[in-house]
Amino acid sequence: MNANVKRTIEEAVLPPLVALVVALIVGDLLILAYGQAPSAVWRLLVDGTWGNAYGFGQVLYKATTLTCTGLAVAMSLRAGLFNIGAEGQLAAGGFGAGVAGLALPAGTPAFLAVPICVMAAMLCGGLVGAVPGALRAKFGAHEVIVTIMLNFIVLALLNYFVSAKLHVPETLHTPEVHAGAMPRLSNLIGAFHGSAANWTIVIVALAAVAAWWFLFKTRAGYELRAVGLQPDAAEYAGVKVGITWRNALIVSGALAGLGGINFVLGYKGYYEDGFTGGAGFLGIAVALVGRNHPLGVVLAALFFATLSQGGLAINAMVPKQIVEALQGIVIIAVATSVPEVRRILRNAVSKSGGQN
Amino acid sequence: MSTPLSTPLSAPHDTKAPAVRMTGIDKRFGPVRANRGASLEVRQGEIHALVGENGAGKSTLMKMLAGMFAPDGGTIEVGGRDVTGWSTAQAISAGVGMVHQHFMLVPTLTVAENVVLGREPVGVATFDAARAIREVESLCEQSGLHVPADRLVADLSVGEAQRVEILKTLYRGARILLLDEPTAVLSPPEVAELWKVLRRVRDGGATIILITHKLDEVMHVTEHVTVMRQGETVARMATRDTSPEGIAKAMVGRNVDLGVKVAHGGARAMGAPALEVKNLVVRGARVERAVNDVSFAIQPGEILGIAGVEGNGQTELLEALAGLRPAVSGAMSLGGFDITALSVRDRGDVGLSHIPEDRHRRGLILDYTIADNLILGQQHRFTSGAAIDVAAVMAHAQAKITEYDIRPTEPLLAARTLSGGNQQKVVIAREMSRQFVALLAAQPTRGVDVGAIEFIHGELRNAREAGKAILLVSAELREVLSLSDRIAVMYGGKIVTVLNRADASEEILGPFMTGARREVTA
Repeated sequence: MNANVKRTIEEAVLPPLVALVVALIVGDLLILAYGQAPSAVWRLLVDGTWGNAYGFGQVLYKATTLTCTGLAVAMSLRAGLFNIGAEGQLAAGGFGAGVAGLALPAGTPAFLAVPICVMAAMLCGGLVGAVPGALRAKFGAHEVIVTIMLNFIVLALLNYFVSAKLHVPETLHTPEVHAGAMPRLSNLIGAFHGSAANWTIVIVALAAVAAWWFLFKTRAGYELRAVGLQPDAAEYAGVKVGITWRNALIVSGALAGLGGINFVLGYKGYYEDGFTGGAGFLGIAVALVGRNHPLGVVLAALFFATLSQGGLAINAMVPKQIVEALQGIVIIAVATSVPEVRRILRNAVSKSGGQN
Repeated sequence: MSTPLSTPLSAPHDTKAPAVRMTGIDKRFGPVRANRGASLEVRQGEIHALVGENGAGKSTLMKMLAGMFAPDGGTIEVGGRDVTGWSTAQAISAGVGMVHQHFMLVPTLTVAENVVLGREPVGVATFDAARAIREVESLCEQSGLHVPADRLVADLSVGEAQRVEILKTLYRGARILLLDEPTAVLSPPEVAELWKVLRRVRDGGATIILITHKLDEVMHVTEHVTVMRQGETVARMATRDTSPEGIAKAMVGRNVDLGVKVAHGGARAMGAPALEVKNLVVRGARVERAVNDVSFAIQPGEILGIAGVEGNGQTELLEALAGLRPAVSGAMSLGGFDITALSVRDRGDVGLSHIPEDRHRRGLILDYTIADNLILGQQHRFTSGAAIDVAAVMAHAQAKITEYDIRPTEPLLAARTLSGGNQQKVVIAREMSRQFVALLAAQPTRGVDVGAIEFIHGELRNAREAGKAILLVSAELREVLSLSDRIAVMYGGKIVTVLNRADASEEILGPFMTGARREVTA
């Protein structure tokens, strides 16, 4: 078991740490280039995020959505597929939750309304994921192309539905849901007051645990990862590769769709056109930095959420675009450096006479 | 540029200095020490064998000689000159050429174009095709490597393609040729032809280093042999003073039974066949009928060996039997039970076991642990509810690691970290420990060391004694001859003959394998 724990740490925890270190070093240089003192800017960033309850609540809120899209991308990558469609799936999930919340009569008790809305979100996301999944399984259509294109189709369709049928006049959002809204965390902990953090975070945390259990503890997960690593060997082991691909993209879409409830049920209470704001695409970076491991995805989501919220906090001293530059640099650094870091550590262990 | 033709075969050389001298070579890849103080000394104008088990460090040593990477310690001398840590470009210009195991040819170019690639003769700012052909033809003439210079490489046989690889090396002026397992893909007549060519090239003054697994080749063509074990050089012998047993002992460090036990064969009770194939037709990736109307039956307790040059339908036949490739027509049955329409998993459950020909592609998930690989294909038998029963998987792994002597013994190591022989043992352990009626064994000892070969052959014989039917497909004719009760030869998708072991020999099978003879027996 010890070897397992070690591997988990190497796979899931190390990359976000590397990301952190790289962000610190490069960030220092960027801040210096603006003639500011790095320590002051960092203090501002930390104060504005983890340093106060409101900022921390915003970090949690943003990390919740990113965890979902990160899990979605990670799930598909584990099956050897690249789902670039999390943006559309996230939007579809939010739309599904919003429509379900509108359709339910006002006063539906939460223990009924919340599960129904959550299911609606996952169903809609899953449906959008099923399209590239089925096309890949049946015709071998490349999922990268299909998911990218489907983003435009889905976002345009949703825009049409909202603007033509469902919008509140003068806006691009639907009326408020009648039932299924998530309470804010500030109801429980007063200090979170004003932040968007809400109970979605609990559902998403459970989803992350479920994704971990599914991937690493179940037979279906064993087969899914086998398909991702070596499709020919999986086929030899009696796994139906095409069906596994299809199912992986459905689950992936459902996970992205789940993220939609964070905004729709947890924050605003209605679906709004364009609420995704790139969180689906950022999910690719989250999965990459999290090395497709649910634990790593959660940590990476927290990291990117911190950067995003921190950008607002440091805007007074340096342009907030600095954090966007940092995001890009971190992604490149993690993508290129982590296997290196792992190799170096392993050498160090073997040199110091450690096991194996 | 001076014409390269004058250099390769008639360059003057100092006969006193050895062609190659490598001493105290250390090379480490991460935690793996590929070479530790390895040495090699090759005389001018000899054919020198470099042998050793998989992972003994032979290829690493050769790649350092060819300049592909630098040693961590030690010195490399070529023709008496210290060249330690040189580049590939320097190695090539000093006349060291490597003939790769996997051909690096452009199939859509002609032989001449491939040979001159990178050193094309140039006319007035254009490629001088006529001169390229002339030069290559004259090189063919000099070296005795006959290949039509104007043919497309795509149209060549494997043996011819290999000759092009050697020509390429000679064209670049190589006087020291490194060949990495050159006979792996050749039929016996092509192998004989290769030896003729290599001797001729040597007689022209070149030095040849041959990496090989096959001890009969060492005995047949080389003057000296260097044996490596675990990164070290353990023996250097004159070939005429040693024997295959002596070399094998040096390779493994203990006595090895190389004995070609002739199978007992003879008359068997003709009951219901365990595995039967009738008029099977299978489509290949490029060929319409890769398996073309093949029929055979295997009795319980019988090994049917399929001999043949690779690429004559063996792969497609096995994939169709395993359920990995659909049959166009025909029928397959297992223990009297029609399996033609069954899925891979159902065939396994009915009693089909399968050692696939490529363990890196199909037989193992290299990034999975040994324990997880030991249940591959039987994962549905190790579950409790939706979850994998980890305790059962670990208990299974511990038992099989002990029973099959898989090393290292840590079940949570990734299969990727094992040596070729131990990887294959994982596959064998898994496939032998399921309930089965018939076993498909494809290239069961490819790329594994002498000790593991002995073990795997023993396992196959035990399975036969236990009444299993075995279909053995191997590119190693000796393996087919030593294990099979009957031998079928596949050529061009058909079974061209079936012989009893007692009636078969390399000489008899050779012409069938090349298509020179065929007699379709019922």
